[in-house]
Amino acid sequence: MSLFSLLGALEIGLIFSLVALGVLISFRLLRFPDLTVDGSFPLGGAVCAVLIAGGYSPFVATLAATLAGAVAGLITGWLNVRLKIMDLLASILMMIALYSVNLRIMGGPNVPLINDPTVFNMLQPAGLDDYWWRPLLLLLIVMAAKLAMDWFFSTERGLAIRATGSNARMARAQGIHTGAMVLLGMAISNGLVGLAGALFAQTQGGSDISMGIGTIVIGLAAVIVGESILPSRRLVWATLAVILGAIVYRFFIALALNSDFIGLKAQDLNLVTAVLVTIALVIPQLRRKLAARGR
Amino acid sequence: MQMNKLPWMSLGALALALTAMAPASAQEKSVAVTAIVEHPALDSVRDGVQTALKAAGFEVGKNLKWQYQSAQGNTGTAAQIARKFIGDKPDAIVAIATPSAQAVVAATKSVPVVFSAVTDPVAAKLVPSWEASKGNVTGVSDLLALDKQIDLIKQVVPNAKRVGMVYNPGEANSVVVVKQLQELLPKQGMTLVEASAPRSVDVSSAARSLVGKVDVIYTNTDNNVVSAYEALVKVGQDAKLPLVASDTDSVKRGAIAALGINYRDLGEQTGRMVARILKGEKPGDIKPETSTKLELFVNPTAAEKQGVKLSDALIKSAAQVVQ
Repeated sequence: MSLFSLLGALEIGLIFSLVALGVLISFRLLRFPDLTVDGSFPLGGAVCAVLIAGGYSPFVATLAATLAGAVAGLITGWLNVRLKIMDLLASILMMIALYSVNLRIMGGPNVPLINDPTVFNMLQPAGLDDYWWRPLLLLLIVMAAKLAMDWFFSTERGLAIRATGSNARMARAQGIHTGAMVLLGMAISNGLVGLAGALFAQTQGGSDISMGIGTIVIGLAAVIVGESILPSRRLVWATLAVILGAIVYRFFIALALNSDFIGLKAQDLNLVTAVLVTIALVIPQLRRKLAARGR
Repeated sequence: MQMNKLPWMSLGALALALTAMAPASAQEKSVAVTAIVEHPALDSVRDGVQTALKAAGFEVGKNLKWQYQSAQGNTGTAAQIARKFIGDKPDAIVAIATPSAQAVVAATKSVPVVFSAVTDPVAAKLVPSWEASKGNVTGVSDLLALDKQIDLIKQVVPNAKRVGMVYNPGEANSVVVVKQLQELLPKQGMTLVEASAPRSVDVSSAARSLVGKVDVIYTNTDNNVVSAYEALVKVGQDAKLPLVASDTDSVKRGAIAALGINYRDLGEQTGRMVARILKGEKPGDIKPETSTKLELFVNPTAAEKQGVKLSDALIKSAAQVVQ
């Protein structure tokens, strides 16, 4: 595996770790099975690409993309809380609606950003190659997001969101406005995903209508892989775990891409990735079993 | 421990640097091919590239290192494939379809990239114009030369003056075709009448809105229209309105004729371009091309139902006559 391939995996893994953090909030903290992600990821990309192509600053574009993602999450939450649509269905409705919305925003299926300014090339220090700089800047962004999340979810409001997720009835009894907490949590979750979409569009040469397909699967895989590598009930560790999970998942894909020497072919890629992830999930169990036997 | 490791590490680094500097053995060339997804047309392009390379003297297993990766529809994977290929430093990367091509072009300014089956590489910003890019990118587009399409319309309906077109205004490729037709048709004394179908279910009503206003309906490879082509055929038969398509499959579904791209030939054309690069030409000196070889499919039965009679000359020139 080449350095380029490794750094590429790290870069894309870091972007998807923002998705994983979002999924952690919806699926784990709020216990809201949220598929909006498949729509809010390309939504972030679309908003960001269109604004940059329209001459706006990449920073403004990235911020707008994050807000757009948050609004999408807010609407999913609203469909569930106010219109009493079942959570999973509400998020599916939002996901399919966003497909059309994204086409509208982009005015077509694809908005390229190849030689345009991005947050990456605008901040790039002289003398540092872009393939080093992109993962480095992403690392800073992801760490900032992680720390902000750790802090927020230990404040009173953040704890209220977590309480809503773990026992809504009890939370209501404690005077927590659970509906508002679902809306807030969903907005933060999809805001992170929108940010990831914006960063993805800026590193991969543009936004494409197909870029949302399977985002939720990757996000969930990252969360689960992370939880199995680093099992912990504390949020500080959980956030770190899902970031690691997202990166590890990408390394597995890079590994699968380099598996041609054992006779595997391009069409086997997804299978190889699945097998590698399965191994990653089984090893911690085996380790625990062995430890138990040793005792 | 640290001290002991250092010499070994620097040795390793030296070895790495040496392999990086050593020119790949004069004979062995490497080509890396990626496509966004497995799809009959895109797979044909890939196979065509290989055929043309073999014809040019680059044979897989002999003097050509060939690798192929499909992103299986996932743009994240496409980006990772792009990074892997650039890390492998092949002599040329062939990127099939727009998202894969954008991922590769965004990630390298040095490794030669040949795109294929990209409809509008200029709009996709792969190349700044249809001239030689002076950079590391060139390729073959599957954009149809519209003058040939207009010729076909005239052959099918010789006295056509008003050409109707049903398309999805949200599809970039279709919008490109409409804009070009608006410029080209008046030069031939013809006019374009548009009918938009933002969803597949709108195709029927859009086609109906053209009845009485046009002499022929032309459609491009618009995804909405192609997926609902039967709706168009129904209107064409009811109103005796001839239909001309751009993809040969639609002829089997009831269009009178289509002059479409053979994607295997498109791949071979791409492969010939790759061979030129392997032989030392710079991608920046090669102009992006469009497909030179089109296939004509005709359907005389459909023509009869839609109220026209095809000339024998046209039927004879067809690559395939659908009954």
